Amino acid sequence: MLSKRLIACLDVRNGCVVKGVQFEGLRNAGDPAALARRYNVEGIDELVILDVTATLESRQALAETIRAVSRELFIPLAVGGGIRSLDDAEAAIDAGADKVSINSAALGYPELITRLAARYGSQAIVVAIDAKRADGRFDVYSRSGSTVTARQAVEWAREAESRGAGEILLTSIDRDGTREGFDCELNAAVSSAVSIPVIASGGAGTFQHFLDVFTAGKADAALAASVFHYSEHAVSELKQFLASSDIPVRLQNT
Amino acid sequence: MIALIDYGAGNLTSVRKGFSAAGAELYTPRLPVDLAGADGIIVPGVGHFSATAALDSEWRMAIGDALERGVKLFGICLGLQWLFEGSDEDEEISGLGVIAGRCRRLPPTLKVPHVGWNSLEIRGPSRLLAGVEPGTQAYFTHSYAADITPEAVAVTTHAIPFASVVETDRVFGVQFHPEKSGTAGVRMLRNFVTLCSRND
Repeated sequence: MLSKRLIACLDVRNGCVVKGVQFEGLRNAGDPAALARRYNVEGIDELVILDVTATLESRQALAETIRAVSRELFIPLAVGGGIRSLDDAEAAIDAGADKVSINSAALGYPELITRLAARYGSQAIVVAIDAKRADGRFDVYSRSGSTVTARQAVEWAREAESRGAGEILLTSIDRDGTREGFDCELNAAVSSAVSIPVIASGGAGTFQHFLDVFTAGKADAALAASVFHYSEHAVSELKQFLASSDIPVRLQNT
Repeated sequence: MIALIDYGAGNLTSVRKGFSAAGAELYTPRLPVDLAGADGIIVPGVGHFSATAALDSEWRMAIGDALERGVKLFGICLGLQWLFEGSDEDEEISGLGVIAGRCRRLPPTLKVPHVGWNSLEIRGPSRLLAGVEPGTQAYFTHSYAADITPEAVAVTTHAIPFASVVETDRVFGVQFHPEKSGTAGVRMLRNFVTLCSRND
């Protein structure tokens, strides 16, 4: 049976992980490769490296980070943040990314999804959608959640799929950073509307939140950052918890 | 020397890195004649079956000649599907046909494409899967899948069971991405490298 995936997000700036991580035995807490290695040992299923600044200097450091991580870790690696063109995507993929995640650029120029999918295959294209509740709707925001668009999350996810997106990374702006749980209603609405996988993001705080989003939220994967930093064994403990709740997960630490 | 055929179907960086970890640096043949010195041939690939049209009659002939010399052939993902006679994804194009059977679209009872980690039900003795535990999970991303034929040494189920690993004397194929399937995947790549170094 297909496992539900747990995806760790590493927010990086100029080659360093932004949020502090206090793992015992981790020599350089800010080193994304060291953190990725740690998550891999713990059994994480996939990694997302998000360049939170996406300046020119940061992007050069990003390529180095991608190279360092992909040289030794053999799990899927997605890269996002500031990917606005075929050239940006090429730089990330040539460095070793398996997937690129596009957000604002896809909203501004939806044809980019089609062009990237034609060049790299749909499996390499993740369309990230940031959504916020408003009067019973789920409005789509661009530019890191700062600008509301005329799009609705369900409609935009369907369009992204039809244009060649291979996965949807769906973040609830309302829940992001709150640790109050994923927005299951949002995730279920989008997941039911498309046949490509939906990765739920925003709001993870407890193990129960993951169980909720995999059941009520119909998510195919769940992404988190800080919750995996709580303890050294958060990923493996979460997987044990999910397995005991009859959620299919990959248990061996490979 | 192991050849990695680049016919334009996707980025091969990850495959190279995976094999590098498995102890083999791959070369990319520019022309079919460049397969003359190969001990092993890898056909990777992602995307639509129509991309395999780039593997024209000259490539097919060169690969066929190599197999006769005892060279090992390894298809990954779309490369596995190409080992079969054809795929419903593009009926105009024939596969290599070294394995009798076809590839068909997975039924829409579950989400298609099938993306993520799923388990391998190992069905028979396999040199490619030597040291790989039954039930090991591998990373898949595909919408079409191959019939279960006698060559299937592992089967995976997503709505229906399909061939996830095929193996004959000289032909090997995996529907998943071993280069993205953790240490078990790298083990399979290392097994293939070892098989190529023996000329049996």
